[in-house]
Amino acid sequence: MTIKLMQGNEAIAMGSLAAGCRFYAGYPITPSTEVAEIMSRELPRVGGKFIQMEDEIASMAAIIGGSVGGLKSMTATSGPGFSLMQENIGYAAMAEIPCVVVNVQRLGPSTGQPTAASQGDVMQARWGTHGDHQIIVLSPISVAQSFELAVKAFNFSEKYRTPVILLTDEIIGHMREPIELPDFDTVEKVERVVTDSPADYKAFRNEPGDVPPMASFGLGYRYHITGLFHDEVGFPTQRLDEIDPWLERVNRKIENNTDDILLYQKDYQPGARTAILSYGATARTARHAMKQLRAKGQKVSLFTAQTLWPFPEKAVEELADSVERIIVPEMNMGQLALEVERMAGRKKVVRVNRANGEMVTPDMILEAAEN
Amino acid sequence: MSEHILSVHDLDVNEGQIPREDWFESSDTLQHLRKNKRFPTIWCSGCGIGVVMGSLIRAIESLGLENNNVALVAGIGCTARMPVYMDYNTLHTTHGRALAFATGLKIARPDMKIIAIMGDGDAMAIGGNHFIHAARRNIGITALVVNNSIYGMTGGQQSPTTPLDMRATTAPYGNIEPPFPICDLASAAGATYVARSTVYHPLELDKYLAQAISNDGFSLVEAVSYCHTTYGRINKLGSAADMMRVLKENSISKSAYDKLSDEEREFNTKTVRGVLHTKKRPEYTKVYGTLVDRVHEEAIKPRNYGGH
Repeated sequence: MTIKLMQGNEAIAMGSLAAGCRFYAGYPITPSTEVAEIMSRELPRVGGKFIQMEDEIASMAAIIGGSVGGLKSMTATSGPGFSLMQENIGYAAMAEIPCVVVNVQRLGPSTGQPTAASQGDVMQARWGTHGDHQIIVLSPISVAQSFELAVKAFNFSEKYRTPVILLTDEIIGHMREPIELPDFDTVEKVERVVTDSPADYKAFRNEPGDVPPMASFGLGYRYHITGLFHDEVGFPTQRLDEIDPWLERVNRKIENNTDDILLYQKDYQPGARTAILSYGATARTARHAMKQLRAKGQKVSLFTAQTLWPFPEKAVEELADSVERIIVPEMNMGQLALEVERMAGRKKVVRVNRANGEMVTPDMILEAAEN
Repeated sequence: MSEHILSVHDLDVNEGQIPREDWFESSDTLQHLRKNKRFPTIWCSGCGIGVVMGSLIRAIESLGLENNNVALVAGIGCTARMPVYMDYNTLHTTHGRALAFATGLKIARPDMKIIAIMGDGDAMAIGGNHFIHAARRNIGITALVVNNSIYGMTGGQQSPTTPLDMRATTAPYGNIEPPFPICDLASAAGATYVARSTVYHPLELDKYLAQAISNDGFSLVEAVSYCHTTYGRINKLGSAADMMRVLKENSISKSAYDKLSDEEREFNTKTVRGVLHTKKRPEYTKVYGTLVDRVHEEAIKPRNYGGH
């Protein structure tokens, strides 16, 4: 273990390497570019591969290809690039190809403000590609957590055969904090294991288990991968008796494992009538506001989400049951607040929004809490 | 196979002959089709894409490659449906992106033979950017472009290779855009093997595909085909057989073309068939391997964090 001072983006690169990432394909974009720069430097040293592609569409395609070829693969981008990646993110969801996409959020829409922070891609991360699909989205609140969640992102992607979005923001990405780096060999890693013989192998089998083992190409399992609806061996199908079980399984594989996937911290005070729910850089503001409120004698509960999608429905429902109102500060016009409102029943949800590239301030939260 | 065709292509009389009675039992080509896949194919009867599929299988087989070591990566469209029928590692991707997926796969598995199968719309329109950059890198992928001058699957819209003045459902008054010369584009962008033939000349396609797959770097084979269902119908070009005949009559071998006078070449409207371009240039994944070796030789230890 070593203690280092580093940026969030740097910690993401380190966490990815620690998790076993051996292929990076990307396209430069502010404020994510450090991830690419570090990976281009470090990957050849650990026997990995790096390529700068011609655009973000190609980057996303290349990491899916790399993953199919057996390398843990990732890309990093920001809003405009994330928009371009959406079609192929949907492909990865459809074809169940593990991969990690880092989105260091900047102010949008469009070119927006490349060097300003935002949490404007919360809904895009969930629903950016067309069609119904499940996806896992993780959001760190610190440099240390950037490392931890990068490891988690790779492990979830392999364990559940799904693309995972690491949704950070310009503030966490460019902020420097001390971090305890573990010895990479000691970091828990999920690897692909296929025990079936090639003759028995079904890449998209619906049972047993909801996550069929993934065989990389070139290992003797010659099978078909497609973005079309497909049967258990991967061939295109229009048969409802093949489509429906697939749909049920890919939803189940995420929904039935929320105990494992949902990461959040609860700092509740008994008798608190107000709660603050936050994530990403805004969670730091929320913690500061909480301390000030408690110092003034006001009881307040704090819920900090790392897993944004699937949304921690049950935990938020329970929180809503225990308080009168939930304050949701976000650097957008109210995106995760929509989910909180959905779970809050008749309890009040107070949105605190700022979408001009500046952080939500503690005062903005205090004002909401004291009204 | 007529004596004439064999002589034009410099082929032995026994090459490429598959006795009809042994078609299903002993055809080596058919052994490489997926027997568990529900045939027939999605292609219209008379389509040229099946001819290209046969050529591809024969080319791979002629090189003695292990099926496990071959991956076919396709985009979207009629041509891109080809891999599903074939018993290799097959990846049917998104529209235009076959080469980008293939690039990632090749980097992960430089030892595998990767063939990207695309139509003209797939490779030249939506995938044009990936096409020139894959060629520029000279990455070891064979791009097989079946050029039928039209978007077939969506019903006959104009493509970047639709000839001038020809009609399409989105060019009802005739196409006003000049077509892309696929082979010239590949050569200019950096491909190290470029060849073209037509589905009337499958034995040439066999040969060129085998050479393309053997080439270390980025190869392009343009297989000129036709779409009698859409393009043929809207332009009143007759049946599949009629359009096949045009490929025969309206194409010229590179060796014959080279013998033409400058003036004749200038006014040539026939499709030139042959190996049009080759170049020796290091292949991308091998160059990357050299880079990795260099990093290690210079004894820069892998480290957790570049803290300097």
